[in-house]
Amino acid sequence: MAVLIDKNSKILIQGFTGKMGTFHAEEMIKYGSNVVGGVTPGKGGQKHLNKPVFNTVKDAVKSTGADASILFVPPAFAADSAMEAADAGIKTCVAIVDGIPSHDMIRIKRYMKRYTKNTKMTLVGPNCAGIISPGKSMLGIMPGHIYKEGRVGIISRSGTLGYEAAQQLKNLNIGVSTSVGIGGDPINGSSFRDIIEKFEMDDETDVILMIGEIGGPQEVAAGEFVKENMKKPVIAYIAGLTAPKGKVMGHAGAIVSAYGESAIEKVEILKQCGITISKNPSVMGDTVKLVLDKI
Amino acid sequence: MDIHEYQAKKILSDFGVKIPRGGIVYSPENAENKAREIGGSKWVVKAQIHSGARGKAGGIIICNTPLEVAQATDKLLGKKLVTNQTGPEGKIINRIYIEEATDIDKELYLGLVFDRNSESIMVVASTEGGMGVEEISRKKPETIIRSKIEVAVGMQAFQARELAFGLGIETDLIRMASETIINCYKVFSELDATMVEINPLVISKQKEILALDCKMSFDNNAMFRLSEISELRDKSQEDPKEIYASDRGLNYVSLDGNIGNIINGAGLAMASMDMIKLAGGRPANFLDVGGGATPEKIVKAFKLITMDEKVEVILVNIFAGINRCDWVAEGIIQALKKIKIKVPLVIRLAGTNVEKGNKILKESKLNYIEAYTLEDAANKAVNAIKKK
Repeated sequence: MAVLIDKNSKILIQGFTGKMGTFHAEEMIKYGSNVVGGVTPGKGGQKHLNKPVFNTVKDAVKSTGADASILFVPPAFAADSAMEAADAGIKTCVAIVDGIPSHDMIRIKRYMKRYTKNTKMTLVGPNCAGIISPGKSMLGIMPGHIYKEGRVGIISRSGTLGYEAAQQLKNLNIGVSTSVGIGGDPINGSSFRDIIEKFEMDDETDVILMIGEIGGPQEVAAGEFVKENMKKPVIAYIAGLTAPKGKVMGHAGAIVSAYGESAIEKVEILKQCGITISKNPSVMGDTVKLVLDKI
Repeated sequence: MDIHEYQAKKILSDFGVKIPRGGIVYSPENAENKAREIGGSKWVVKAQIHSGARGKAGGIIICNTPLEVAQATDKLLGKKLVTNQTGPEGKIINRIYIEEATDIDKELYLGLVFDRNSESIMVVASTEGGMGVEEISRKKPETIIRSKIEVAVGMQAFQARELAFGLGIETDLIRMASETIINCYKVFSELDATMVEINPLVISKQKEILALDCKMSFDNNAMFRLSEISELRDKSQEDPKEIYASDRGLNYVSLDGNIGNIINGAGLAMASMDMIKLAGGRPANFLDVGGGATPEKIVKAFKLITMDEKVEVILVNIFAGINRCDWVAEGIIQALKKIKIKVPLVIRLAGTNVEKGNKILKESKLNYIEAYTLEDAANKAVNAIKKK
């Protein structure tokens, strides 16, 4: 079923009636995503874009059977909305919003520890482009048309660099099973390792392209997981060769503060884990093609 | 966001951590009076800039008379202090902190940070205070002790006690040390800090536990609920171009090369800088105008880049996702009607409606170099400099 979402996913928009929520809900509906309604506290009972609006996520899940949601709420309220989704039984929730305080992210993750593995929501983001399973469903803000249907799984911290990769693949006539933007913040809902594990188990994915960057331990943690547990080939590109130490490069999480967090160090470690490195961002597509040709 | 030592110490003191007596001054006369007011026979004059390693750079002066305090203040005020953390341009000293000298028995290190591995708050301590934490981990890694704090319940007394005993603190002072550590944790968790570092935390000969120096940083994303902290921002300690950018919603970092960049998305911006380096060039900046790359943001970006005199060529690389290249092209043309640029311009558009976007640019009277891929754009930018 690709990973996280497919055409059966029933999608709720949290922050439905706002400007961002409205715009992106329309884009998702145009793409063919099954948007079943939305939540805006205080506007329950109304209709928006011809879909029902609910006061709470629980109400929405009860009437629509929604299992996925996407947040378009301001940063100050995002943690609350994500926890509400988790509590209402949503399976996959994408937080697009940029600017959630790190302390709030820690709180969300701590809150979600109350659920067992099978009942726990997968939170993707924040500060991300979302998820797309091309031809099936889009739970995000990406331009759907640059993704061709296929069998490459993409995981990227950066939104636009993920687009760049999808476009390069499409130009080589290579398609994507699912692309997941995990976001640029220091603490995110799902890590590279979390998503890479899902791709390993997905029978519609043959290879995985991981697009990382400077800062944080995630790429290395994923590398170790790949070395120990994975059969499918993994290709990686790490952005930020020229990034100076101790400076935040746009993404709150893109800052080198410890050993193993610079681009050069990450590339070295990933190589040792058996991951094929895309030497530069211009050849992400070509590198995936080389690996695919060998399968 | 970073704050000054004296501001951080005020916060510590409000949370119950002991600090030496001291005060902020803005002139030598002021300083002399402050020294008399504090009393004692020895003072420390400390330059307030957003950097560590101030001592080695001459920014901390020990004085034996109020007159010396005035002279030291006179020497430091208005100067630029260059430390191994400020870069060669240094940082301006506009404020001086005068503090009573402390009779030090032991110097310890105490730091609190986010641990991105365990997604919890990590307290780090060492008996080797005074050195930077990186130096400690290089030279005396065995002295470092760590404690992971569960945010839902906060720091427990036993965790603070373990750290205090781990630091070899004598039994009589364990309670005081534990309280100090817990109070520092409270600062971190209640004020959305991203770093609280007390180095050194000292035990004085009078058996007091005091924060002798302190660095704090706060989460920019949490400023909406930190109004008192946000007022502590000192823009004189920041790069003027970075202030211009952050006030206008642009993500900008000033670098030392000569190729100016305007890019949408932080990852794509870093990737473009990588390509510039591989092509043999040096980026003058990191600049992310945001995923949307709206015309307003593009105008602001051009203004910002043209403020930088080092820039010899401008590279625009926009991947139009949810917006469209034709719209981005119009934005660029409008921006360049308002802002005259005197250096070559390389533009690479990609994504939605790229053909339309490139057509609009070509049909305008804009003087620019068209590029197609990331690699092509970087090569053309580097070559444009060579041709000059």
